[in-house]
Amino acid sequence: MALFEHKLADLQELLHKKEITVTDLVKESYARISEVDSKVQAFLALNEDRALAQAKELESKLGQTDNGLLFGMPIGVKDNIVTKDLRTTASSKILGNFDPIYDATVVNKLQAADAITIGKLNMDEFAMGSSTENSHFQKTKNPWNLETVPGGSSGGSAAAVAAGEVPFSLGSDTGGSIRQPASFCGVVGLKPTYGRVSRFGLIAFASSLDQIGPITRNVEDNAYMLQAIAGLDPNDSTSANVAVPDYRKALTGDIKGLRIAVPKEYLGEGVSEEVRQSILAALKVLEGLGATVDEVSLPHSKYGVATYYLLSSSEASANLARFDGIRYGYRAENAENLIDLYKKTRAEGFGDEVKRRIMLGTYALSSGYYDAYYKKAQQVRTLIKQDFDQIFEQYDVVVGPTTPTPAFKIGENIDDPLTMYANDILTIPVNLAGVPGISVPAGFSKGLPLGLQIIGKHFDESTVYRVAHAFEQATDHHKQRPGL
Amino acid sequence: MTKITKDEVKHVAHLARLSITEEEAEKFAGQLGAIITFAEQLNELDTTNVPPTTHVLDMKNIMREDKSVDGLPLEDVLKNAPDHQDGQVKVPTILE
Repeated sequence: MALFEHKLADLQELLHKKEITVTDLVKESYARISEVDSKVQAFLALNEDRALAQAKELESKLGQTDNGLLFGMPIGVKDNIVTKDLRTTASSKILGNFDPIYDATVVNKLQAADAITIGKLNMDEFAMGSSTENSHFQKTKNPWNLETVPGGSSGGSAAAVAAGEVPFSLGSDTGGSIRQPASFCGVVGLKPTYGRVSRFGLIAFASSLDQIGPITRNVEDNAYMLQAIAGLDPNDSTSANVAVPDYRKALTGDIKGLRIAVPKEYLGEGVSEEVRQSILAALKVLEGLGATVDEVSLPHSKYGVATYYLLSSSEASANLARFDGIRYGYRAENAENLIDLYKKTRAEGFGDEVKRRIMLGTYALSSGYYDAYYKKAQQVRTLIKQDFDQIFEQYDVVVGPTTPTPAFKIGENIDDPLTMYANDILTIPVNLAGVPGISVPAGFSKGLPLGLQIIGKHFDESTVYRVAHAFEQATDHHKQRPGL
Repeated sequence: MTKITKDEVKHVAHLARLSITEEEAEKFAGQLGAIITFAEQLNELDTTNVPPTTHVLDMKNIMREDKSVDGLPLEDVLKNAPDHQDGQVKVPTILE
């Protein structure tokens, strides 16, 4: 049996009993990458020499009282999270040769927890996309069916975990970019509360929405990983000064009396029958565990996608202004003057989806349109947030599908931005409201995984984990593996 | 449907410092027009007196202590610069 079939707590026990070594774990990652990554294409850069050296170093520390929470665990990092001296491109040509001079706070925290960085994971360019097809470098495949997309934008992060290349990865989620690929790849992905995890060193897409979170094979491992990365960071003024609870204490398996809300909008128009059926079955499981399930309404859900594209593109148009070919990254040749240099560099360095969003954002923010688009979207955002506030006065969690359909075929939606955007209809409201949400495996349709989304109150990841864990323990969807 | 003209696309591309070909301007005009039209569904909602969300959490500006820290070493600053000379980032002619 592959070592990564074990959960973290069991792997650490094996380490302490000296039945395995940290080097064994790191070697399993690289062996599996050699075996399957030519098919899956999840990794953009590998960190093998340093990872093996770090493994040796950790082995000499094993059993000391200061062993970290993720001691010896191999981790993959999404390529929009900067890693010192390890190439970080955000899957863009414009950062194709960029070697960061510092580590993101989450990477420092993982290192402090004694985790080992295995490599960098493919994504949609600058996290803009829902299929990882927008990477400048390669198209990651869904390990369950290589003709389908892994989802996105954290497609490499989800596919690498599903393929057994790493047991843990970091993703980022602006409108569903952790949860949607987790759903498509049959793994567990959490978008924490806005402000729960530092974004210092995350290459910014939409700063009022972006959040880093863990992708793992099971809920318990996910809770361990959030434990290691959560908390206030003086380098990120949007990180919140809210105490980090012990998330593992929430994994009791007991959800008796818990109040679950199911928005009718999440099982309505646009949601495929197979997804609806799997969620109805999941609700039965949750009821069987003693929770109460009521249908509710989040009436402004359908406006989420439009709101999101206006706000996120506006923020992106500002955030991506820094890529100008001057201080770092790609620079176009044969420019006549400075403006020409900017324009050529950006035209050659960005892909079409990124250009589309920069232009949409520039348009929405431009003189004469600001009130009609940007301000209007910010007002609708308030309505969407109020929908959640009202539901959470009476309920502990909101539950529904993560995505309206299972993974789609590569190339199917790439020329149709609006169809592609509709994929995120069930995940976007969560980012707009700033609340936490998780996707856990909830079944299969024609061999492709489906995800159950559980949404909680601000900073109440504990209850989200409690429900996710209870559901996982009562089902065996998470034990299925793709036949790569 | 809100129509975005090729000239508007070119104007926006200029503001965003993106050079753009005629064919691209044509393609993006259609796509951006469709996206803006889609976004205009927000006009179905009456948002009179609805405050815009500026932050999802009840959060105020957080100031760090005002004390000086060392800047980056020159070597780090220039490490990723496409062109540099004598410890300076080199750029094309700015003044003509």
